[in-house]
Amino acid sequence: MLAHDPEARVLAGGQTLMPMLAMRLSRPSMLVDITRLDELRGIDVASDGVAVGAATVQAHALRSSDIASEVPLLAKALPNVGHPPTRARGTIGGSIAHGDPSAEIALVAALLQAEIVFREGDNDVSFKAEEFFIGPMVTMAPMGGCLTRVVFPKRPEGRVGTGFQEVASRRSDYAFASAAAQVVLDDDGECLSLCIGVGSVGDFPVRCDVDAAGSRLTDDEVRGIVEDALTDLETVEDLHATAAYRRRAAAELARRVVREARDEALEGSK
Amino acid sequence: MTEQSSQNRFVSQPRRVREDRRFVAGKGRFVADIDIPGTLHVAFVAGTYAAARIESIDTSAALDMPGVVDIVTGDQLAAEIAPLMNGLDTPKVRRYPLAVGDVRYAGEWVCAVVAESREQAEDAADLVRVRYAKRDFVLDAEEALTREAPVVHPDHGSNVLLDKTFVWGGVEEDFDRSDEKLSLRVTWGRNSTVPIETFGVVAKWDPWERILDVWASIQMPKYADQIARALGLPGNGVRVHYDVDVGGSYGVKRGIKHTVLAGFFARRLGRPIRLIEDRIENMRAGDAHGPERIFDIDVAFNRDGTVRSMKMRALDNAGAYAGRAPFQLGKPIGAIVGPYRINSVQYHALSVTTNKTVEEAVRGFGQSPTNYAIETMMDRVAAHLGMDRLELRRRNLIRKEQFPYLIPSGTTYDSGDYHTVIDKVLLHADYDALVAERDRLRAEGQCAGIGIAACLEPSGGNSSFEPLLNEKNRTSTWMESVRINVDATGAVIVAIHTTSAGQGHETLAATVVGERLQIDPDAIRIVRPDSLESLPGNSPVGSRMAIMLGGAAARAADTLRAQILQIASHVSGIAEEKLTYREAAVHGPDGVVMDWAEIVDVTHRRFHDLPEGMSPGLSAQHILQVPTGTALPKDGKVQMYPCFSFEFHLVLIAFDPILAKPEIRRYVIGHDCGTVINPHIVRGMTLGGIAHGIGAALLEEFAYDDDGQLQTQSFLDYLMPSSHEVPNVEIVHHCTPSPHTEFGQKGSGESGYLGAPAAISGAIHDAIASRGITLDKLPIRMSAISDAIAAADAVQKKGIDV
Amino acid sequence: MKVELKVNGRASEVDVEPRKSLLDCLRDDLDLKATHAGCEHGVCGACTVIIDGQAVRSCLVLAVQGDGLDIRTAEGLTDCAGELDIVQDAFCDTHGLQCGYCTSGMILAAHALLLENQAPTQDDIRDAISGNICRCTGYGQIIEAVELAADRLRQRNARPDEALSAERGMA
Ligand SMILES: Cc1cc2nc3c(=O)[nH]c(=O)nc-3n(C[C@@H](O)[C@H](O)[C@H](O)COP(=O)(O)OP(=O)(O)OC[C@H]3O[C@@H](n4cnc5c(N)ncnc54)[C@H](O)[C@@H]3O)c2cc1C
Ligand code: FES
Ligand code: FES
Repeated sequence: MLAHDPEARVLAGGQTLMPMLAMRLSRPSMLVDITRLDELRGIDVASDGVAVGAATVQAHALRSSDIASEVPLLAKALPNVGHPPTRARGTIGGSIAHGDPSAEIALVAALLQAEIVFREGDNDVSFKAEEFFIGPMVTMAPMGGCLTRVVFPKRPEGRVGTGFQEVASRRSDYAFASAAAQVVLDDDGECLSLCIGVGSVGDFPVRCDVDAAGSRLTDDEVRGIVEDALTDLETVEDLHATAAYRRRAAAELARRVVREARDEALEGSK
Repeated sequence: MTEQSSQNRFVSQPRRVREDRRFVAGKGRFVADIDIPGTLHVAFVAGTYAAARIESIDTSAALDMPGVVDIVTGDQLAAEIAPLMNGLDTPKVRRYPLAVGDVRYAGEWVCAVVAESREQAEDAADLVRVRYAKRDFVLDAEEALTREAPVVHPDHGSNVLLDKTFVWGGVEEDFDRSDEKLSLRVTWGRNSTVPIETFGVVAKWDPWERILDVWASIQMPKYADQIARALGLPGNGVRVHYDVDVGGSYGVKRGIKHTVLAGFFARRLGRPIRLIEDRIENMRAGDAHGPERIFDIDVAFNRDGTVRSMKMRALDNAGAYAGRAPFQLGKPIGAIVGPYRINSVQYHALSVTTNKTVEEAVRGFGQSPTNYAIETMMDRVAAHLGMDRLELRRRNLIRKEQFPYLIPSGTTYDSGDYHTVIDKVLLHADYDALVAERDRLRAEGQCAGIGIAACLEPSGGNSSFEPLLNEKNRTSTWMESVRINVDATGAVIVAIHTTSAGQGHETLAATVVGERLQIDPDAIRIVRPDSLESLPGNSPVGSRMAIMLGGAAARAADTLRAQILQIASHVSGIAEEKLTYREAAVHGPDGVVMDWAEIVDVTHRRFHDLPEGMSPGLSAQHILQVPTGTALPKDGKVQMYPCFSFEFHLVLIAFDPILAKPEIRRYVIGHDCGTVINPHIVRGMTLGGIAHGIGAALLEEFAYDDDGQLQTQSFLDYLMPSSHEVPNVEIVHHCTPSPHTEFGQKGSGESGYLGAPAAISGAIHDAIASRGITLDKLPIRMSAISDAIAAADAVQKKGIDV
Repeated sequence: MKVELKVNGRASEVDVEPRKSLLDCLRDDLDLKATHAGCEHGVCGACTVIIDGQAVRSCLVLAVQGDGLDIRTAEGLTDCAGELDIVQDAFCDTHGLQCGYCTSGMILAAHALLLENQAPTQDDIRDAISGNICRCTGYGQIIEAVELAADRLRQRNARPDEALSAERGMA
């Protein structure tokens, strides 16, 4: 259906699309409701990753013990996505497909380098999350395709810690800046790998490359690491927050999430 | 009086609010719930530019759409109705429900489409083609004052709607004689009360009876009169139904333009019309924005902290049309010195038109912005003198023994005990511990500050600011009425003549009548007759109903009691002086009792037992004028409102210097509104007002972009506090009864909102004071705080580096 | 388009335009006026209903999507006209409302919380109602109402109107 009608749109949880229809910002010729498609729902833990069906609602993912144990960063991010009633309908896939630069789920996907899988006609087309988001509400989604699942890498072996924080003028709003981190430490508490992601400040969520291997991630070191990681960060301005604010806030949040992840990794293995 | 209030059986008791039952069951009757078969729906074509000449309107494609019944443009409408009422003497600032000739703000309604359903009307509205010729526009109030500025209403000649300077007392002398002076400028951003229910109206014309029935989500004085005038109907040709529940208003539900339009279509088409704003229409073109005001203040004071004189210029941005909103510069005159003894005042009230949405009355009617300006001034004076902010206030506050206290602008404050309220708050909050907590937070690297605000809530809703700002207007009082009827079964029916928007007027009237007649308020039936059956009233504005509706109810009940005593005396042959009314019965000497049933029996059946000349039946009414409210202004002075409630806010705020999200750690308010009639209601008003004030201080603004488009037209951008942003608030009560009212009550409908913005701004400034920065515009956005701190720190670092 | 909606335990067939929201359908087609429109773009929560045990904004659901769901509105909280359930009664006790416009949505959001969490902390309550804007009360008396209701439910060892939960709805 989608393939044949260029004006048709997928309707998932409707938490973004319905307001656009109500405000007459979008006028699709046809809506294809995917919420009832069983094959698009559910969480599958396999050896190569955790596949989350696109139509899985956020509240379901938040309650899932598989997500909590295998994709802990996503579990941490989900309570920040809207409010309980929006999470009761809003889907994981809808958030990814919409590509809002502030979307927490998109940030986690980008940071963890999740695989985003579309069905286009009879074929599966997949994207690396980092490459999928290309602008505000602009993605690489194939025309007429339907997002079927998002595959998050499983939690790495070892002493893993995660951090997620954001800031907005009202707690449950789309954030002005958000940051996420995942760290793996060795038995001595030295860093094996660290990745940091920043969302809400630019056109799309970014994953920052950091080489922190061997670091003890002391607060001072974290400061330096974050400063390096965010050197090229581009930030935007709007009514509610200046670009300069977003840059400072992103750096502060990034420092906090790295420390949070470090402490959790140290704590968890005691 | 305090003793007397403790003798009250129902007044001041924490009784349930009777209205709540229907609302928790989802059984309120809001305007959108009114379904009349055959109703037509209205949608609008909204103007795209901030200012433009309408060159042509092509409705042909829209008229062909399914379900479309009628389309009207501004020119067509203006030919058939009178302009909407103007408060000021500005006849050339003509306002109609639709744009006539020109669009004067982005989103203004250009064309109204009527169809069988709202969706059909919207679909058709999309097809109306309007050709515009863009014009220059002006958004900023100061710019609007300049010669070069585009004039919003060229016929009027300039953008100035009101320019009036008052001098009360020896201002120049006081300035000359003071040790110190300072100047400041603060700006109150454009926000509003934004009820969750938008404005809506249903209108139905009966061509045989020649009457227009109106159901609306309304809170407005003289609503029926204004509709009749605009539509050229006699006053008794409009019937407003007051039994419609209003889903929040706090001042702004005054959809006169909507109603006139709905009434116009109802007559023209002979079908019921329903016009209910959607949210975007409400935000952009509901004409319900609040004041946007720049204050320039010069203040003169002595080194010991005595504030002697103040010059205040208040420049208000009224938006594209005049309406009643400019009067919001008038009410603050009634409390222009706040709770302080300031000897003389110069007040320059300026209101200008701009190409923004029209301003409407908002909770406090201009008092909250003024309080924010005065309290910021007091903080600056304290800082200038290096004096403690509390100490400075204590020195200047009017003392208990000085009441009644006449302020320079001609109003006498009724009563108060400000020092005691403040002491009680400090004790409750353990002020020293609060300061220690602030300092502990600072030591942790947070920005932490304490804010205080002491302010007044003028209450009793008179309207003498009208003649004060417009000599042609001769309004001196604003009455309110209650009628009590006891039927032949002895049941009590109390009529009130207004709509309500959550203020609990039914509970108020029942409590007061129950108190005076000593009968269970729950056994009283409250009714709301329509406007044709009503006694005169002025709706619940200006924090007036406890005083005015409560007062009218008490006096009507007193009249009824007097009648009952007269009857009892006549029947029993015992002199009235020897009879007492108690527990709904009349008691005489030697155990003589005439109970309620017997009195009812006499009045409804035993006419032969009635005193000569007394009408049968048992009923009474009272039309109350505002206590102290009958004089016209003289020499720029007038007694404005009768009663003055006092509130004192104390708040601790902390935030990270980079993220700068102000977190309210503690919020204590001391509140004195005289005798409280229902504690639940007063508490709710206060908590709700504070939440609203938090929004005004930190979050809410109708902001415009450089093209004059409203940027915050949905709830995604216009940010109202949620349960996460409003802290637990502790209320400390005090009661200084008013000598002017029946139970000693004062108003409380605006409480909380009147001081919260000042206190929050004060706390933020205390937190950043060490950096020497000020943030003089509300709302204070997080990013503004953080950016200012970063800039100050950068300068300081540079200083050290050098 | 024809859909069968199950609202407050009763099934009814309605004929609606595909673009019609569940909110409009409840109000216009089923004459259930307790559910209110505040923004119709998903922010205010005035339109909250309970679907399969969870609080949901009815302005963001299409009526045609409602087929087969267990939908509850404020009208369905009690069986008997004139009665109040524990949560409604608690709102009256603390005066957890003023104008009443947000109230149905608030009460349903509270129900959804109490179905999941019998002993909510104040933070839990704040979070559960954070998507419901009340302009009148400043939330204080609403939070007290939910605390009071939770307390009373615990004392009676009951869950809020059990019919609201999905399990019972499907049984
Ligand atoms: C009050 C409120 C607050 C919110 N706060 C946040 C927040 O803080 N953070 C946040 O991230 N989000 C927030 N959201 C939005 C979030 O709730 C949505 O769930 C999410 O953005 C979209 O998911 P959905 O399932 O509702 O998608 P829909 O609204 O149904 O669809 C969104 C878009 O994605 C497309 N789409 C959806 N699914 C697919 C698919 N499988 N294949 C192809 N295209 C598809 C649709 O066509 C549409 O263009 C908020 C929403 C509201 C109403
Ligand atoms: S009306 Fe649905 S959230 Fe506001
Ligand atoms: S009670 Fe009026 S909006 Fe909540």
